Amino acid sequence: MPGRRRSAWLAQALTLAAVLALAGLLAATTAGHLQERGIRSGFDFLLEPAGFALGESLLPFEPGDSTLRAFAAGLLNTLRVALPAAALALLIGIAAGFGRLADNPLLRGLATAFVTGVRNLPLLLHLLAWYFILTDLLPPGDAPLNPLPGVFLSKSGLALPWWGETGFEVPEPAGFGFEGGANLTPEYLALLIGLSIYSAAYIAETLRGAVQALPPGQRLSALALGMSARQTFLLVLLPQAWRAALPPVTSQLLNLLKNASLAVAIGYPDLVSVAGTSLNQTGRALECLSIVVAVYLALSLVAAAISHRLEARLFREQGQ
Amino acid sequence: MSPARPPEVARTAAPQGRADLANLGRLRRALFGDPLNALLSLGVMALLAWSLPALLRWAVLEAQFSPDVGACEALDHRGACWGVVAEKARFILLGRYPVEQAWCPILAALLIVGGWLGAASGRLPGAAVATGLLLPPLLACALLGGGFAGLEAVPTELWGGLPLTLLLTGAGLAGALPLGIAIAYGRRSSLPLLRALLTAGVELARGIPLVAALFMASFLLPLFFPEGGGLDMLWRVLIAIVLFAAAYLSEIVRGGLQAFPEGQRDAAAALGFDAWQTERWIVLPQVLRQVAPSLANSGIALFKDTSLVTVVSLYELTGSLGLALAGDAQWRPFYLEAWLFIAAIYWIGCSLIARLARLAARGAGPAPTPSVNAP
Amino acid sequence: MSPALRLLAATAALTLAPLPALAGKTLDAIKSRGQLACGVSTGVIGFSAADSQGQWKGLDVDVCKAIAAAVLGDPNKVRWVPLSSQQRFTALQSGEVDILSRNTTWSLTRDAGQGLHFAGVTYYDGQGFLVAKKTKVSSAKQLKNAEVCVQSGTTTEKNLSDFARSQGIKIKPVVFDKFEASLKAFFSGRCQAYTTDASALAFIRAKEAPNPDDYLVLPELISKEPLGPAVRRGDDEWFAIVKWTVNALIEAEELGITQARVDSLKSSADPSVQRFLGVGEDLGKNLGLDRDWAGRAIKAVGNYGEIFNRNLGADSPLKLPRGLNAQWNKGGILYAQPLR
Repeated sequence: MPGRRRSAWLAQALTLAAVLALAGLLAATTAGHLQERGIRSGFDFLLEPAGFALGESLLPFEPGDSTLRAFAAGLLNTLRVALPAAALALLIGIAAGFGRLADNPLLRGLATAFVTGVRNLPLLLHLLAWYFILTDLLPPGDAPLNPLPGVFLSKSGLALPWWGETGFEVPEPAGFGFEGGANLTPEYLALLIGLSIYSAAYIAETLRGAVQALPPGQRLSALALGMSARQTFLLVLLPQAWRAALPPVTSQLLNLLKNASLAVAIGYPDLVSVAGTSLNQTGRALECLSIVVAVYLALSLVAAAISHRLEARLFREQGQ
Repeated sequence: MSPARPPEVARTAAPQGRADLANLGRLRRALFGDPLNALLSLGVMALLAWSLPALLRWAVLEAQFSPDVGACEALDHRGACWGVVAEKARFILLGRYPVEQAWCPILAALLIVGGWLGAASGRLPGAAVATGLLLPPLLACALLGGGFAGLEAVPTELWGGLPLTLLLTGAGLAGALPLGIAIAYGRRSSLPLLRALLTAGVELARGIPLVAALFMASFLLPLFFPEGGGLDMLWRVLIAIVLFAAAYLSEIVRGGLQAFPEGQRDAAAALGFDAWQTERWIVLPQVLRQVAPSLANSGIALFKDTSLVTVVSLYELTGSLGLALAGDAQWRPFYLEAWLFIAAIYWIGCSLIARLARLAARGAGPAPTPSVNAP
Repeated sequence: MSPALRLLAATAALTLAPLPALAGKTLDAIKSRGQLACGVSTGVIGFSAADSQGQWKGLDVDVCKAIAAAVLGDPNKVRWVPLSSQQRFTALQSGEVDILSRNTTWSLTRDAGQGLHFAGVTYYDGQGFLVAKKTKVSSAKQLKNAEVCVQSGTTTEKNLSDFARSQGIKIKPVVFDKFEASLKAFFSGRCQAYTTDASALAFIRAKEAPNPDDYLVLPELISKEPLGPAVRRGDDEWFAIVKWTVNALIEAEELGITQARVDSLKSSADPSVQRFLGVGEDLGKNLGLDRDWAGRAIKAVGNYGEIFNRNLGADSPLKLPRGLNAQWNKGGILYAQPLR
């Protein structure tokens, strides 16, 4: 077989050469095009002042700050919406998953309607609806709903009592909005609600699938041992199903992180939206988009590592 | 769309009269068997009792069905203004496509859906199924583009609405499925380098959001092409969608290939099939049928994801909703009704694809359909 | 491996072959195509917007028509490519359009850093604010802590933060990637103010507001926004054609050459008019065009004054005053370089 092996190596070498040549060619053509079209390139713009402001940011950000800081603020904004949305999605998803498996037909019907209803619509449509509800149907900022003392809900968002610079603050109407406490914008809220509900429907289906895939003997023997239906579910079926469901649920949560980029459509300054803005202001398309790709790949890797450790731990615990 | 059903359904095959009573008893137990259940049941009932009449009143009883802005404004949102759908339906469904040639996009949409129906019917041989997936998108492009047989040429930036949504889905699937299968086989090849490259590519595509991929198609791809030799936005976006979807489809097909019993390959070899014939006639048909539910899920995901192309200013269904209403001060307040209209379209589309996939999985050949959820 | 090699060769041919044929060839490409590809907005009435019959109208549209008339002899041989503010530069750089005539501000970064060449100014604009009257705001300085809707990919975004900084007030931008989305958000009451070029504000108030009288354009202009057509770098001949066609439109107004009188003025005794219409001297050959190019442009769309009145001024629904956009000898700053 030495002949065959040599030809396999030759094929590989040729593939590599072809891929490298193609990559080199692309790089060279692109560089050529950039130069002849007079488009400047390089990452130097990252350290120059951004010049644009962000609507909201966890990281204090002024237009005079560097573009790099704008990207960092965008990334933090992505996480700021994705992490709470992931937690909410898990909660709602588990609840809806239970509902789908319940013996109670009313509950089951409601859960089924929720899951199919949510999954059959694009996420973007969800977001547009939530944004419409929050900005069109709510009263204007000067006449907010006041469901609880110190809590104001209006077109300008949700103002809540929260710890600020001066300790615990209660928001007060000031000028066009509220001062003090925490203020969540409609863009943020729409994204948070839309993302968590959308992912919750998928998580519910994953859980249901995992429980139903368990061997029927498990359920029957637990019932035979005198456990109630609820005990059977919580103590026997769920712990086993959870292990099978962990990888797909993790991938749903990763999807949620990626879906947070739909922020662009409703004006929330997440990473992709900040990249889009700086791309437009500086013209550095290649640079801005490669940052987005690099950050998302890094986030995926981190998430994969976490879920790997979690799975390993779960396996160890249950293995013993 | 998992074919598995709750086990309860299978148990209700008792004789009629007594079964009714037994069912009633079981129903009562299920609803009010213990305090928690009773509480939940009452909660759901209260929710329905509160929301359904209000919904009925808004959507039907007090609704305005004719496209009369004045009457709609007078309603002050107490009732739905379905007139907005009558007024804007053409624009939402067909976008900015020239009115006098409106039959072109309608025919194009029918062709694509017809192709899916044919491919899923299960009565056609494999080659016809492939044709049903591949040919209609091409024909649809030709029809939409016009410029022959007396049809006026219509530039791609005027294509829009539902036909564009279907075209992006149809052409995306037609491109991504063969590419995905090729990648799946490539990742099983004996060449480690090829495997590594393909794995890297697939992981890259699966690691980034589609919005980022669309931005690349919009802003980066033109840098690669020579001046004037570039492609329209639509084609660039389609390239991005095909590559993106192929990465996901390849993973599904790869999973199916991995689970395929080797024995069948040996048997095929013993019968004198060569490697290509084995894959073409034995392995691939079974693998594809086995993974059909997952492929359908990807198809549905793609159908829904096409809505994202509005961020790069292609006006498919979701985009044309914004275009139709945001630019019209009079009708802008009735966004919700128009939103419900396209939500219904997406709903029907998703259900249709799911149903077709079930049909396809059940269809051709005697091979039993393995349940995806089987342990 | 030969298919791979063939693919490689094909790719190389595709990407490399058209490269040498570049500089000075835009005109040839337009002529062989028989069409001018003109990048316009997705709909700003007065500048570029398609009417209900799909006909494009506006000042930016007329500039393209004038160029098509000068170059191809027919103002209707134009392919209109509507571009969002984000896509516009990529479309021009990649050759998707030959000219970007899309209310675009001339600035240093765009001129020197993004591969564009601005060929002139067709409208001197400034950035302003639109507010709902019920907010009781009458000056931009009162916008402290206000939320302002703005479209991304514009100079507007940067000016807004410059203005806030210079006034020492905090303004929260709510940024949308699409014009429609930003409008919808403003009119739903999400923002207290909307900011963009003052000319566009006039159209938004007149055409997009549910009731124009409920809205007010604030008196302050916070920036200079010279709008004009741009071409891509690297083709000086094409740049010159666009630049001088724009100049010709402005010069024609100064010389009194109107759409209706183009033909009759050919017998004029005024040497400037004669030169303009190519009666004696042939200026067109300097641009690689024929002697009648400027006359055709005026015959197609009229002079700058006529274009302005039809699309933005007295004869339009917007009724904008000429202001800065009057001729230099009529109190404005329009000053065409002489055609001679």
